[in-house]
Amino acid sequence: MITIQEGGIASTVQDRGRFGHYHIGMPPSGAMDKYAHTVANYLVGNNADAATIEMTYQGITATFDEDAVIAITGADMSPTLNGESIGTWETVAVDAGDELELAFATEGARAYLAVAGGVDVPEVMGSRSTYTLVGIGGHEGRGLEEGDELPIGEADGTPSELVDTQLDDEYVPSYADEDTVRIVIGLTSYRLTDESKERLCEAEWKVSAEADRTGYRLEGPELEFKEREQPFGAGTDPSNVVDLGYPIGSIQVPQKPIVLMQDAVTGGGYSTVGTVISADRGLLAQRQTHKSVYFEAVDVDEAIAAREARDDRLETIRAEIESTN
Amino acid sequence: MANEITPKDLPEPRYEYGADDHVFVELAEEMSFTANFKAMAITQQVAERDIDGIIENCPANASYMLRIDPGVIHPDDVIAELKEIEAELDVENYEWETRVIDIPVLFEDPWTHETLMEFRDRHQDPDGTDLEYSAELNGFDDVDSFLEAFVSAPHMVTMVGFVPGLPWCFQMVPRDQQLEVPKYVEPRTDTPSRAVGFGGAFSVIYPVQGAGGYQLYGRTPVEVLDVDQELADFSDSMVFPNPGDILNYRPIDREEYDAIREEVEDGTYEYTYKRVNFSTEEFFESPLEYNDQLTEDLA
Repeated sequence: MITIQEGGIASTVQDRGRFGHYHIGMPPSGAMDKYAHTVANYLVGNNADAATIEMTYQGITATFDEDAVIAITGADMSPTLNGESIGTWETVAVDAGDELELAFATEGARAYLAVAGGVDVPEVMGSRSTYTLVGIGGHEGRGLEEGDELPIGEADGTPSELVDTQLDDEYVPSYADEDTVRIVIGLTSYRLTDESKERLCEAEWKVSAEADRTGYRLEGPELEFKEREQPFGAGTDPSNVVDLGYPIGSIQVPQKPIVLMQDAVTGGGYSTVGTVISADRGLLAQRQTHKSVYFEAVDVDEAIAAREARDDRLETIRAEIESTN
Repeated sequence: MANEITPKDLPEPRYEYGADDHVFVELAEEMSFTANFKAMAITQQVAERDIDGIIENCPANASYMLRIDPGVIHPDDVIAELKEIEAELDVENYEWETRVIDIPVLFEDPWTHETLMEFRDRHQDPDGTDLEYSAELNGFDDVDSFLEAFVSAPHMVTMVGFVPGLPWCFQMVPRDQQLEVPKYVEPRTDTPSRAVGFGGAFSVIYPVQGAGGYQLYGRTPVEVLDVDQELADFSDSMVFPNPGDILNYRPIDREEYDAIREEVEDGTYEYTYKRVNFSTEEFFESPLEYNDQLTEDLA
């Protein structure tokens, strides 16, 4: 059992997500930075789909009621165990009674705490991910608060043998430096003027204060739409289209761009003009408020290659960790 | 008044990549039954084929979207299969099994009235109500005759989304009888749950309290989302409406609203609905008669 002493700013239980229900308006939810979530799980001997605790900007303080094996990845929140500093991107043993404390994120926005056996909250529609809007999944469908008790699942194998496993530096992302996310232009990008399409990829965008699991609202230059007589059913604003489905990672432009994230609305009537590739969504999720972001347009095969490269990298990491066990 | 709906000639579908893991297909820029039936039919055929690597399969109003695992299937192979399905389809002669559902509504209810009055400064017509504005804009003399038109024919669920359980519905009447209103100038920050709204050419039911930009007309006592799945109709899914369902709005008074609400709250309410085979051919041929047939003996 993990007992929460302080919940942080927005800490939730997340796994890889909830699928198969998008057509009834259910977004996938799931970890915002899949790479960090997956590596944390691998470090403690879990499968990638075990649930972790996702922390945003300010981490949790928690005590362990049992011996456990943990790993913390993602944003650096300077974790300590009983006041002693512990490493990130590595496997750490905790004893029953130990207190884990995480501070404010210095680099990146989201950290992941994995525990061998996974956070064992009940599955809702096949996933342990928290979706707070309707209050399902995770711990009571909400962010973590003082006094919450999270059960730890049964671990496979002997995770204690993984303690002190460190992820090779070459696999640790540098969240402070990664300011470019790749996108595939398309969807209803025909609504934008050619100049605005170019501007989308040339401009410096700043992550606004409205950037959360639902969407990342970006500040930058104005984008303009092509003039047209609005088609029946679309609505009167030039940014309006007949309501359609929004891909996760898609960039909608009510005026300024909003990149839709894991808990986003599943559809609506704003023009969407491109989609952040799956391999880079986690990088955007780690960009702090007021930091810059640039979009780089790639084609679909480059997007698939980037996803394969990330998956291969995760496979290599898993193999290397397993070989130390 | 026209008593048939001529199927539209649609442009060539636009196949688009939503990065590496989504395929988005726009069937038309304009809303029409032909476009929606096509979205419905293609996604139904995709489901039937049970294609490996398809993770999500979502019809929308005049488009549809798939989420795929590109590690299993390349988006171009998905698109090739979608084109094949499209070529084989005849949306003017297509059937699917669906439900015609009774949706009791208390129009001009006190809750949405309070909300719409609160947000008058974000509305096109700050001195009226949403209903007065909609009635006038659509050429009706008064609110009652506008509401009469709104409930005179059922509304098809053409898309479910935004948030879990929110149905977008398109009224099943010829184009010259379709109502149309803009959304609020600035969206509201609040809307009562179960509010019945209208924006563009779509009616909606808001599942939960929250932001919204549609004109507000009334409130239904029945739930479209039941997260705890306490009501019998939600035993399989926490969301009741599905794309392709047909909603029949029925005006009720406060007494009936309160009685239904009581049943919902004590967990005994059951939706009134009937299963039908919806035929696009019969609908296109004589929609008004077909609607009567669909809604007959419902409530």
